[in-house]
This record gives sequence, C-alpha cells and structure tokens, in this order.
Amino acid sequence: MPPVLQVEGLTKEFLLHEQGERIPSCTGVFLEAWAGCLTALVGPTGAGKSSVLKCIYRTYLPTAGRILYRDRAGQVLDIARATEQQALRLRRGEIGFVTQFLHCLPRRSAVEVVAEPLVARGVDRGTAWSSAGEMLARLGVPERLWSVPPATFSGGEKQRVNLARGLLGRPRLLLLDEPTASLDPAATERAVAVIQSMKAEGMAMLAVFHHPDLVSRLADQVAELVPSLAGKEREAS
Amino acid sequence: MNPNYELCPGEVAYNFGFMDEHAKREVRRAILKAIAIPGYQTPYASREMPMGRGFGTGGLQLTLSIIGPLDRLKVIDQGADDSVNAVNLRRFIEMTCPGVTTTETTREATLIQSRHRIPEHPLGEDQVLVLQVPYPDPLVLVEPSERRRKVMHAEGDYSRLLTKLYEDIVHFDEITIAHRYPTRIAGHYVIDPSPIPRFDVPKLHRSRALILLGAGRERKIYAVPPYTDAVPLAFEDVPFRVEQFLDENGNRRPCARCGATESYLDECLDAAGAKVYQCSDSHWCNERYGSWIEGRGLEQNP
Amino acid sequence: MNKILEVAGLSKIYGGGCPLCAATTGSEWDTNICPHCGSVVAALAVDLELHEGEILGIMGESGSGKSTLVKLLYFDEAPTGGTATYFEDGRPQDLFALNAAQQRRLRNQRFGMVYQNPHLGLNFNLSAGGNIAERLLMTDLAHYGQIRDRARELLSRTEVMLERMDESPRRFSGGMQQRVQIAKALAPHPSLLLLDEVTTGLDLSVQARILDLILEIQHELHTAMIVVTHDLGVIRLLAGRTLVMKHGRVIETGLTDQILEDPQHAYTQRLVAANL
Repeated sequence: MPPVLQVEGLTKEFLLHEQGERIPSCTGVFLEAWAGCLTALVGPTGAGKSSVLKCIYRTYLPTAGRILYRDRAGQVLDIARATEQQALRLRRGEIGFVTQFLHCLPRRSAVEVVAEPLVARGVDRGTAWSSAGEMLARLGVPERLWSVPPATFSGGEKQRVNLARGLLGRPRLLLLDEPTASLDPAATERAVAVIQSMKAEGMAMLAVFHHPDLVSRLADQVAELVPSLAGKEREAS
Repeated sequence: MNPNYELCPGEVAYNFGFMDEHAKREVRRAILKAIAIPGYQTPYASREMPMGRGFGTGGLQLTLSIIGPLDRLKVIDQGADDSVNAVNLRRFIEMTCPGVTTTETTREATLIQSRHRIPEHPLGEDQVLVLQVPYPDPLVLVEPSERRRKVMHAEGDYSRLLTKLYEDIVHFDEITIAHRYPTRIAGHYVIDPSPIPRFDVPKLHRSRALILLGAGRERKIYAVPPYTDAVPLAFEDVPFRVEQFLDENGNRRPCARCGATESYLDECLDAAGAKVYQCSDSHWCNERYGSWIEGRGLEQNP
Repeated sequence: MNKILEVAGLSKIYGGGCPLCAATTGSEWDTNICPHCGSVVAALAVDLELHEGEILGIMGESGSGKSTLVKLLYFDEAPTGGTATYFEDGRPQDLFALNAAQQRRLRNQRFGMVYQNPHLGLNFNLSAGGNIAERLLMTDLAHYGQIRDRARELLSRTEVMLERMDESPRRFSGGMQQRVQIAKALAPHPSLLLLDEVTTGLDLSVQARILDLILEIQHELHTAMIVVTHDLGVIRLLAGRTLVMKHGRVIETGLTDQILEDPQHAYTQRLVAANL
C-alpha cells in the first residue's frame, strides 16, 4: 500500500529582509505517513518539527524539497509546488491540522466550532452538532460547556475543542502539533483513546508530542529531526 | 392699455395665434415627437408670452400652435369656465385668433385647454385636451440633478419614486399623493400628469382624445396619445384608489347644487360658513342643474 | 471552485498620467504621486482572482489602493487601464466594456457594496426598511407586502431591531448603521459582496459582532466577498486568501495563514511584525 504522504528533502529557511538574515528552520527532512499509522516527529527544540507540519499544511512555503501527497482519488500532488486553489482543496477534505492555538470566533459556541468542518461540507446542522457533542464527550469536555464560546475556556479545554474539531473532520491525513500539551493525565488518556480509534479507522497521522511516553504508546513510526548545522553553530557561539 | 393708442402699420394686427408661424411650427414638431414617444418630456424653445410664467404659458403655446379658425375652444381652470384665469386666457385667444368660436359645452369643443382638471364628459376622437403643467418631471421629488433624472427615465428606473410610495404606506398606511400622481405611459415613461386630482387619472388610460401637456417655464411638452395605456404607479397589493367623497355614514356625497353623485366635488363654504360640496366641473353642474330646474318647471338661476 | 472574478492589469491614475508615472512611483519610491506630472497612481497593474463562495482579503495601509480597487469594481469610478471579468453563471462579462445600463444592472442586482461611511451606502432620508425597499424595487418586485417581508427578513438576519425598521438610520448607532448597509447590500442575493473597511472606527465589541455576522452570512449564502481592511485581525478572521497592497501595487498574495505566518516580501514582514 503506497504511503499517503512522502516528504523528501524538505528544507525551510526564513528570509528576514529587515534584519538581512537567513534563519534555517528545518533541513533535509525525509519522512512518510501511511493510512492507519501515526508517525511521530521527534527532535530537540529548534529542529523544526512544527515547521514540517506547517509546510505540509502549506502555512509555510517550503524553500526546497518535495511533499508528495496521495489524495483519496489516488492522485499524487507535490504540495511544495501546489497552487493556492489546490492547497485550499486539500485543506477542505483531505488534510487536517490541529495546531497549538485555537483562534476563537467571537460568538461561536464550542459545539459550533467543533461541528464547523462538517457543516462546511454540507452536513445538516442537527447531525453535525450531535456528532460534535459526542466527540467532546469522548474527550471529557463537560456538557455544560458545549453551548459556551471557547474564548473563556482554560488552555486544556481549548485544546480539546481544537482536537475534537480536527478529528471530527475525518481528514485522510491529520497533522497534530502537541495536541495534549495542556491536558491533565485523565484528559490525556481520553485523547489517546480517541486518537487510537481514529487510527484504527484508517486515518493517517503525523504528530509532534511533547512527552516521549506518548510517542512510544501511539507512534508506529518515528522520524527524527536534526537541527540544521547553521542553527547548531549559533547555539555553540 | 390705452385703447386709442395707434400701432405702427406693420403691428396693427397680431399674427393668427399671436405666435409667428415658425414658432408654431417648432412647437408642432415637438408635439409630434411627444406623441411618437408617449410620456417622454420633449424639450422645446418656450416663447415669452404676455403673461407671467405659472399662468399657463405652456398650455397656451400648445393651444396657439394647433388652433385654427374653424376650431371651437373651451378653456377651464379647476373645472370652471368662469374662473379668472380661464376667462383671461379665453379672451386672449379670442383676441388673437379671429374666427375661433368659444364654448362652455364640453361635447361641442374641438380643443380644450385646462388647468388642473379633466372634464367629466368623456372626450372623443375628434377632440384634443391641453393640460397646463407646472413641473413636468415626477422624479424631481426624489432627485435634484436633471442629468441623473434623464438617465433614470431612459433606463425606466423609478425605484426611488416607488420607494417614496413605500415610505408613505409605512407611515400613513396609504399613498398620500393627492394630485400629480405619477403615471406610467405605454409601459415605460412615468409622467407627472399635471395637478389633476387622482379622480381624473383613470381618464388618461386609453383615452379616445389626444392629451397634450405643456410646461412653459420648464420648456417641456409631453403627450398621452389616444388609446395608450396610462397606469398610475402602485403596488400589486396596494392598488390605486380615487377620491370617494364619503360622508360620516359612508354614503357618497351628492353635489349640493345639482345632486350629481359621480363627479369630482369641490369643498366650499356657503354664506353661513358651513361646508358645502359642489361639482368642480361647472359645465357638468350647469347641465345637471339645468335639467333639475326644468324638471321642476323653474327658471335657470346660474 | 468556479472563478467568479478575474482582474488583470487594473490601473487607476488620477490626473492624466505620463510615461514615467509607473517607473517613478511605488514601494521603492515610497509615493503614489508621480514627481514628473503630479498624477496620483492610485492603483497599478493589479491582478487578482476570486472564486465562488470565497473571501478574499485586501490588506494595506492608506494610499495602498485597496479602496480604489473596490470602487472600480463597483463602477463608482472608471479605470485607466486593465480589465475585470465577471463570470455570471459561467458566462464571462468584460465589466469595463459594458455600457452604463448593463453596468447598472450588475451593480444593482449582482453586486453588493458596504462602505466604511454609512452615508455613502444609505439614504438617511429613508427609513431603514425603505433603504432595503429601494434596492428591491430596482428588481421586478412590485408587491408591498413581499417587500416588507423581505426587508424584515434581511434586517433580522443582520440583527437590526425590527421595531426600528421604519425609522431613519440617522439615530442608529454606528454598528447598527453598518448592519443596515449589509442588509441592503444582501437584498438582491448578490453573488459578489464588496466590504470596504466596514468595521473601521467601530468599538471592538461591535466590530466582533459584525465580523461574526459576515462569516455567518458567508456560510449560509456562499456569497463571494472581497474584504478591504488595514486590520490584520479582520483578515485573519475572515479571509481565506489575502492580497497585500502598497502604493497602488500588489506586493504579495497567498493563503491568509501563509501571509501572516510566513510572509515573503519585506513590506509584508514589516506589516505583520507591526501587529500589536
């Protein structure tokens, strides 16, 4: 079975014009993701783990390398060279991203925020909301919070809303950036359970975990990132 | 004026119709154009008349341009043959158009000049009605720029006018325009039919007679040709209504003088100061009153 | 997604222009005014694409040309160069080659515009409902009851108090005036909505409410929108794709999150970094 994602020689470097500097972010990254598997990205801070995820999601424009994605129809596209419209199409139904931050829409309740990807796809509101509620319940978000806008939530509650939304969208490939960083042990367990069941359903995942324990429990593959040489020199000096 | 004043030989007599033939021809051309484009405000070079603007110079120029010695002319003002303005205009036309006969009987007239009313007697194909118009453009209510009004007319965009009607219904539960009711001619141009009351607007629709409208001060001539659609602006669910002249009990008031119940009534005060309703069309009233008198074997008392 | 608008090389120069205008104005010269002839290069060679149902943000500071762009698209002004093609049910229309009546039809029935200044978008001599009725009366609607119902529907959708529907917008708060404008712009079911700095100058909580409303409307009606603003927060919230403009030129375009997190151009980097 071919991989859902093949990253070859991905390099990202920031060019800061004002400061006249080149800031390397990740260098020469090779990794793969398969359906039903979770590939964990590991490496020290500054190695560019988040950057890799962002390049795949096309929030960052890669400086070099290829990001070959195989969509549901079997077509392969190099995300590094994709047009804006192609990237938007992938984001709509193929690739999801659970980031570390939840940008709160002012008056949307938690359940509305979580249900949004389904509603955008044309699912009727009632069905979407009840699925959203189920997912929030699985992650342990108390029902009394479902109709409240997440702006006032704690970090852990916001993160679970974010995670719920990402999972509910049932993308082919889900990118996770430290999805349990703010969760207490109990909530973390619930998140792990949901992630495992999604994996069993065939979702491909690429994740950055802050805790090595989670890596050993959830990862089927590990990709190790090495900080770029230029970065190392800066640390040394 | 000094009746003994001696005019120079070349000035002793006015040209027939007071205006020179070239002026009359130009006005007739404007009339033809106005008939060819029903409801379109045709500009023309309005001449100076020996009376102030606002006294019917537009209607007068129309009449003088088309009148001939065989015509029978009727002039009314607010429906009355004997009001001051009607009398003055009639005298002027008699003076400058020798041979023309004048009449009060609507049925006998070939040419009728009127200010602010259409006669009650239905007009025929061999008659022409000339209406005096103060402001020809119904859009002047909602748009001060003439350039933009012309574009709105050309594109048939009367949304602002209709919005004013909407606002009337919102605030007063009905359209409050009493006279000068905007009317769409032949499905395109909306005209101001001159300050005739709503009661008279239906008479424009598919009229057998040609109706000409002239604004002297504003220098525009327009026309409602015979058998042309003239539809007052309204909403599908708020139809156009005419004055009902109902009393407190919901009964149609009759004319206090002749008893007519189908004519437009003026509200007046009698000698004692009480409100009295009387036919606006004096000829109509006289005819009815005449038969009322005869029916009782009495003498006519005008 | 189908394309709904394609703009190519659109320019607007006030004052006649000269052969040196393009080369001596812009980012590197830090001005819109041509030093040789004094003409103002408000917009130069702007290219953009808009797809059905998407929100495109146009971001820039004063003099960037962003407002000029929407004025051209709404036929408030005529361009001095370039083309704009609008796809009406798939049929391309060369906007600036249409005659005045055709342009007015598109403007009244297919496009909607919300101005920063409500006096430009609303007639204060009419009631709030009357403003919407005016727009509806430009189509073939001639039924008072239906017009009233539709106006009520639109005003309640934009959260304007229905009890005030028959009042002039004169006494409304700034936020409510903008909401009446939005309702009016949506009256003919436009396929393209132009929003020019619609929340600038309003209190933050009011802004949030209006931005949220715009998003809801976009979800429901799938109207394509162009949102012009100098505020990064508005861009982040509303726009899927963004155009950055300076001194009349397009500096950079891209997916909004990419523009905000990985800006490529020096000016865009400065702009994003300056976000307080």
